[in-house]
Amino acid sequence: MNADGAIQEPTQHVSLRGMPLWLLAEVTYRCPLQCAYCSNPLGFARYRDELTTEQWVSVFRQARELGSVQLGLSGGEPLLRKDLETLVGEARTLGFYTNLITSGVGMDERRLARLREAGLDHIQLSFQADESELSDQVAGRGHFEHKRAIARAIHAQGYPMVFNIVLHRLNLDHIDSILQLAWDLGADYVELANTQYHGWAFHNRKALMPTRAQLQHAEAVTERWRQKADGRMRIFFVGSDYYDQKAKPCMNGWGTTFLGVAPDGRALPCHGAAELPGLALPSVARTPLREIWEDSDAFNFFRGDHWLPEPCASCEVLAQCHGGCRCQAYLLAGDPAVTDPTCPKSPHHDRVLAAVEAADRPGTAKPLVFRTVENSRLLRGSGTDPNS
Amino acid sequence: MDRSAHVALARGVRLQWEPAQQARVLLYPEGMVQLNESAGEILALCDGRTLAEMIDELQRRFPDAEVGDDVLEFLADARRQGWVEWEDADHER
Repeated sequence: MNADGAIQEPTQHVSLRGMPLWLLAEVTYRCPLQCAYCSNPLGFARYRDELTTEQWVSVFRQARELGSVQLGLSGGEPLLRKDLETLVGEARTLGFYTNLITSGVGMDERRLARLREAGLDHIQLSFQADESELSDQVAGRGHFEHKRAIARAIHAQGYPMVFNIVLHRLNLDHIDSILQLAWDLGADYVELANTQYHGWAFHNRKALMPTRAQLQHAEAVTERWRQKADGRMRIFFVGSDYYDQKAKPCMNGWGTTFLGVAPDGRALPCHGAAELPGLALPSVARTPLREIWEDSDAFNFFRGDHWLPEPCASCEVLAQCHGGCRCQAYLLAGDPAVTDPTCPKSPHHDRVLAAVEAADRPGTAKPLVFRTVENSRLLRGSGTDPNS
Repeated sequence: MDRSAHVALARGVRLQWEPAQQARVLLYPEGMVQLNESAGEILALCDGRTLAEMIDELQRRFPDAEVGDDVLEFLADARRQGWVEWEDADHER
């Protein structure tokens, strides 16, 4: 009976490998905010159909049979689904740990109480900044005061509260004040998520990338807060791949742990899969989930590490990073099937270094392109097939 | 550790049996730990009863084992991980 035993994967049990432990249900791409770093596909406006309540519940049931245990209810803004309470209730009854990932816009105390009654386990509330003006600047309309009120209500109703904020050039220097806000709101966990440059964030990369000095300062401030907040508030500082000079094991390896479902039912092996070329995403509305997970081309496309070319093929850390992120490989090297260019061994790594160095040079601020339906159509046209 | 301390799972932490894994798991915001049998047995008793009661119960179930120190060590670590909580007698950590 020792403490280490709890965090190991005991061999007498069934291995966790190969189970979609984390099911992400992107229940809608509608959203009252317009964050310029949104991780939804640039072409989100083409997703007009949304799965029905019954279809989502069927997905939940099938995922539980495959071993899924954590459910993220995300979007867009999931609160825009009127059946959210029903979805939470059904998921909870099936045994999911239910996580609501929300901006808080559309939440009030009554709805919080109804969700609690339905069995919602936890709420991750996203902030854009420590004050109203900057929140608006980043998200179009930031609804800062409302978020603050909702954070207090979340805390008062006894939910564990995760305070989430995406960090970038415009808000990194506010880090001390941001952590103070999280502290004052009684956050249990704080996720300081540095921008990853895919989707809308890649499009706005020049405006969002910070200087290295900004990042170093933010890390130092965070470390001071860790000492102070020890025990009451846990702080996670998630670095950006561009600056960490290291490819991260995206999705813990393709088709190993993560199963996303877009609002219209397309199954996603990673958040950004809809923007990758050559992937035919199967639909949960037409294909059983087990078949999608085990047999579909999309989930098998990058499964395992055997397909990776050099410098990955002979690399000693391949089993840890799985070659990094497919979206970064596509966006930076033009090919999703090569080494993630954030890795210093990548032949395309100079592009990452050039972007980091450019962010260090003084220059005029670039305007942000907001995540709006109009911009989505301008950037990706108005057809209906996001894969075309 | 004070043996009269009431030990409970932390806010937002849930323990359940997962048929797919044939194991107990601890669930918390966006995370999971698969538990071995002894960790599962201890955590299942973290329901607000006192440490002394937990040790008695474990001793009753596993009469051949020396449970005391191991349980203390495990709980101290579980508390550091944020899985369980209790009030210290002097209200200080």
